[in-house]
Amino acid sequence: MSGAADFLLAALTVTALYAVATSRLAACVRASALQGFILAALPLALEWRDGLAPPSPHVLVLAFGALAIKAVAIPALLLRSIRAAGVRREVEPMASLHISILGAAALVALAFWIAGQMVPPFRLPSRLLVPVAVANVLLGFLLVVARRQAVTQVVGYLVLENGVFVFGLGLASHQPIAVELSVLLDVLVGVFVMGIAINHISQAFDHIDTTALASLRE
Amino acid sequence: MSAPLAVVLALPALGAAAAWRMRSVRVQLALLVGIAVAHLGAVAVLWRAGAAGAAGAVLALDALGLLVLSLVSVLFLAASLYSVSYLLHGTHDEAAARERFVPCLLAFLAAMSFVAASRNLALLWAAIEATTLASAPLIYFYRRPGSLEAAWKYLLICSVGIALALLGTFFLGMAATTAQGTSPGLGFDDLLAIAPSLDARWLRAAFVLVLVGYGTKIGLAPLHTWLPDAHSQAPSPVSALLSGALLNCALLGVLRFLAVCVAAHEAAFAQRLLLVLGLASLLVGAAFLLGQRDYKRLLAYSSVENMGVIAVGLGVAGGATYGALLHVVNHSLVKAALFLLAGNLLRAYGSTVAADVRGARRRLPVTGVLLAVGAFAIGGSPPFGPFVSELAIFFGAMRGSAPWVGVAFAVLLGIAFIGIAGTLLPMLAGDGDEAAAAAVDHAPERAEPLLTLASPAALAAVVVALGIWVPPALDGLLRRAAAALGG
Repeated sequence: MSGAADFLLAALTVTALYAVATSRLAACVRASALQGFILAALPLALEWRDGLAPPSPHVLVLAFGALAIKAVAIPALLLRSIRAAGVRREVEPMASLHISILGAAALVALAFWIAGQMVPPFRLPSRLLVPVAVANVLLGFLLVVARRQAVTQVVGYLVLENGVFVFGLGLASHQPIAVELSVLLDVLVGVFVMGIAINHISQAFDHIDTTALASLRE
Repeated sequence: MSAPLAVVLALPALGAAAAWRMRSVRVQLALLVGIAVAHLGAVAVLWRAGAAGAAGAVLALDALGLLVLSLVSVLFLAASLYSVSYLLHGTHDEAAARERFVPCLLAFLAAMSFVAASRNLALLWAAIEATTLASAPLIYFYRRPGSLEAAWKYLLICSVGIALALLGTFFLGMAATTAQGTSPGLGFDDLLAIAPSLDARWLRAAFVLVLVGYGTKIGLAPLHTWLPDAHSQAPSPVSALLSGALLNCALLGVLRFLAVCVAAHEAAFAQRLLLVLGLASLLVGAAFLLGQRDYKRLLAYSSVENMGVIAVGLGVAGGATYGALLHVVNHSLVKAALFLLAGNLLRAYGSTVAADVRGARRRLPVTGVLLAVGAFAIGGSPPFGPFVSELAIFFGAMRGSAPWVGVAFAVLLGIAFIGIAGTLLPMLAGDGDEAAAAAVDHAPERAEPLLTLASPAALAAVVVALGIWVPPALDGLLRRAAAALGG
């Protein structure tokens, strides 16, 4: 019934797992760019599952917005921040990376369990939609809390937000397009402001390891 | 949309764009104060018109929206007037002031105004996230490592938290969808209309996510960790807006969902959660107020404590809901005044460590008197406004099903009072070291410029008045707002 959509949703989760598994910052950002491309294709795939009708202008605008913001603009901003900071790898030792991969697998399992508990009141376009959305939220959260580099934390925020975006696609009624675009725009401006903050951090501390940001205490 | 509402929403945004292109800080400041006055004027017209927006409109004001908008507008004017003297006599980078201060402040005002007027819950989310983005550059106005750290935590923790609130918003959309796949969307009025038929499981999950998400931004414990840093590192007029105006905007996000829960007969579930987080915030706030050495951090933890007071009031419900909303008003006014006064102390003494500030009553006589008023008021002492609202919450709790809540509430407020008074009042006493004082004095021409006193004095006067008498117009507004929240 919805082979293309299921494939895209599975690919989204694999991409998030790759972002957790890699220690190279640029690869992490490219994973988030790949998620952006998948999210641009997803509304079209969900809309086209019936086969015949051409996509509505609403879906086209949404797909194009996701493409421009999540696949192009945001990764470009983050790659520029990485170049400016001159940091290439996560400073954590690999052992911690293994643990976070194990944790990621557990979180995906947890996501499917949660999705099994929360039965949607209506038939969703794809059965993978809720588990994939929850899995991305959890994996994004893992990246935010388990990583030290500022750029990886921003990618974690993006993965989390992408999970929320997927869930929004599953809702039966679309929002006014202005509302959907303002949500997308917020994410863009958010990453822009975070990028500026990262540049200031790398100037002030000569690195972007956020564990150094711990001077404010009681 | 009515004309005054259009002014309230459009003028700050246009002003931000205009200020961004201006070359002179003085012209920017004139624009800032001009827009602040026009904004407050338009809000006053909205009061006269009454808060009856067209049902179903995306942008309209109800009683709750008008309450939040009015506080934003009053505090923004107070902070703007204060900022004039702050920017003209402060010790900061001229270029940073021109590029960031006024443009970001106006964008911040625009975002907060949209929060108050949003009737679509997804748009409400977008507006609340926009407040984070507009205010983050203001937090690291001074490019010190400490303020950078505070801004980074603020951006990341609040953005992640708020993303969960968006998920909660979509969960509500799921709860509203019927088995046939039809849905009213995320319009607040539409959701209220069909509330009894909402899917209970998805609604409850939605409220949990929204409370965690917006609760992060409200500073409810244990999600408050960023708040003391951000509120203490920001410039004082910005701190006043963060604590006094912005926390209410995030609170409004929770209140919209609470109203849906009340209409859906799921109020008890939502109120229990609010009560737990409220008591936790009171506990954490009171604990960190005791023995707090930094007076700006003290004020920030006091915000955590007061948000706890409000959450407890909403959780107790009944008559306490009115008290909680009145406390929103009281806390905003006192806390903004206190942060502005903290700015005066910081300028005179060059330190935010309370032990470095001695003899403030002699050296800054007006600031000293106002600080004493503010300290007693925020501590919940009679005859000031917060005493009245906290008493209403206390009585609500004692009359309710769980009197132990009222007892815990009173004990924690007592501890908080000791913490606040124990830190702030010693700063007033003593002679102060005159030689050291002269060495750090940044404003030798005049110790207390009028513009640094007018705003906190006016706010303090209102708080004193609210302790004696709640005007009928405000009373009516609070009652209408409370009625929708189970009060």
